[in-house]
Amino acid sequence: MENLKKTKLDKKMDIIKKKEEAGLLVNKSQNRALRRFLNNRLAVIGLIIFTIILLATIFAPIICKYSPQRIDMLNRLLPPSSEHIFGTDKIGRDVFARILYGGRVSIFVGVGSALGAAIIGVLIGSYAGYKGGLIDKIFMRISEIMMSFPQIVLVLLIVSIVGQSLWNLIVIFILTGWGSIYRMTRAKILSIREEEYVLALKAFGLNDIIICYKHMLPNALGPVLINITLSTAMFILQEAALSFLGLGVPLNISTWGNILNVAQDISVLRENWWIWLPTGSVISIFVLSVNFIGDGLRDSLDPTQQG
Amino acid sequence: MNNIIITIDNLKVYFYTNQRCNKAVNGVSFKIKKGRTLCLVGESGCGKSTIALSIMRLLPELSRIEEGKIIYHSDEGDIRIDQLKKNGKKMRSIRGSNIAMIFQDPMIALNPVYTIGFQIIENIRYHTNMTKKEAKQKATELLKDMEIPLPEQRINEYPHQYSGGMRQRAMIAMAMSCNPKVLIADEPTTALDVTVQAQIFELMKKLKEERETSIILITHDMGVVAELADDVIVMYMGNIVESGTLEEIFKSPAHPYTKALLKSIPVLGRGKNQKIEPIRGRTPDPFKRPKGCQFNPRCDYCTDKCFKMPDDFEITDTHSVRCWHYKKVLENE
Repeated sequence: MENLKKTKLDKKMDIIKKKEEAGLLVNKSQNRALRRFLNNRLAVIGLIIFTIILLATIFAPIICKYSPQRIDMLNRLLPPSSEHIFGTDKIGRDVFARILYGGRVSIFVGVGSALGAAIIGVLIGSYAGYKGGLIDKIFMRISEIMMSFPQIVLVLLIVSIVGQSLWNLIVIFILTGWGSIYRMTRAKILSIREEEYVLALKAFGLNDIIICYKHMLPNALGPVLINITLSTAMFILQEAALSFLGLGVPLNISTWGNILNVAQDISVLRENWWIWLPTGSVISIFVLSVNFIGDGLRDSLDPTQQG
Repeated sequence: MNNIIITIDNLKVYFYTNQRCNKAVNGVSFKIKKGRTLCLVGESGCGKSTIALSIMRLLPELSRIEEGKIIYHSDEGDIRIDQLKKNGKKMRSIRGSNIAMIFQDPMIALNPVYTIGFQIIENIRYHTNMTKKEAKQKATELLKDMEIPLPEQRINEYPHQYSGGMRQRAMIAMAMSCNPKVLIADEPTTALDVTVQAQIFELMKKLKEERETSIILITHDMGVVAELADDVIVMYMGNIVESGTLEEIFKSPAHPYTKALLKSIPVLGRGKNQKIEPIRGRTPDPFKRPKGCQFNPRCDYCTDKCFKMPDDFEITDTHSVRCWHYKKVLENE
């Protein structure tokens, strides 16, 4: 008696079986990673949300007619209305415009720093892990020094020397952030180094650079991708924290963190929810979507997973 | 009926990887008798390991048993293995204690961070109520039975301290620790050298005689079959093409594939000028199968009738074959 209920996986398998028996699947050859990414619903949702937010910030002048820096003291602290979708803040600037233009800075800082730190960390980590010996020890010590430096002190130091600017912020984030990705890549490469195929590649006579970057690195990328997405989230929030303290970007440029600054004041927190709530939500949704994309990429690029 | 321990009835197992449906096992029926060794022979990819994994319900995630029955005739009655929950309590209690399996590569089938003794004792303590001390004693006895020297010392050693043959013996010890009724051995000696192979098979013969275990031996080496088998099943592309006792298969093969297989083996002693006759053609792509009998592109006896899948014909009550022209094959001796 076949009384087993059909699970979702069963139904998917039935569809594949019918198609195969009808001879429909014979010539289909889609890129496997792409197919698996598109099948992952969360990853696709993440991608859509990320694209929407990105395009909204790029096309900000078209979407919103207010400038984020226009001060209008007559219209301070207005709640959301048809004129100002998210109302105005303490000095009359349109909150929606500030979110859109601020998004440019925050996304640039977050994604840029994460990618920069990842590129440096991965490049150095794979070669140092592969070669071992003196290079590995030197970079290990350098990364430990950089990671143990308190970031606030470093920011204060550099800001007081070179002044406040967006690029300085990104450089500081990269300097303090490459260490953890370096260590992770190095650990993965250390375990891959002992596999048989590395020995086979050496037997072919390939040089070290090709073995390390073309063959071993793609196998180590899984955790790196996840780390990139987590770092993006972390850097956006760190920039927000630094702006809170007034150490981030100059105050006239709006960033998501800058907008949240005003929530320090308890009266704003209680009565002017339209200033901090939309911004906070946008940050959360953006960070979530980046995480979904990262997870989706990691799962779809992994050749050992079935599917 | 009471000397049959497992019945497989029209088993179909399909794999659904890469969004395609691969009919790995396409209607297989046979019976495993108590205390006898059954050899599943066939080329790579014909579905032998899949049958073994389906009996143990260890198939990968993207595959399922489509149809068919796997019935285990235990002391408490018949159990339908295909209907049990894959990792449920019942199936897990059958695995290891009633039906045990040993794998091809002992290097990677043992956990490198635990001692051999720990791994055997874990198996014993999971299925029985022995204390640690009793289990350790039993494990030492098992290692002694498997002819591992100095078992009291070896029981506390790690897999990397064992040689290949010893690791396979340790695996067999683990599998036999709860006295299973059926031992499934999936190409147990392919990764070992020939002298060790002979020792392992001597061991398995001894186990069969002393403990009345049925052994399902999966192999692609006809020499091994000749040495160990009581019954033989020849498989090709997911179907059983011939099954019978050892004498029947070797002395009077009734299927063209079996005949061609036996002819293609080089014989020790005939010298370097002996004629080696490989089977012409190649195994078909499982996604582009020929119509009807799967062997017809490569078969010498193929006719138009062969575009319909042959029925199972019984030559004697132990020898059956899936070919329309088996009478001609038997005559062309």
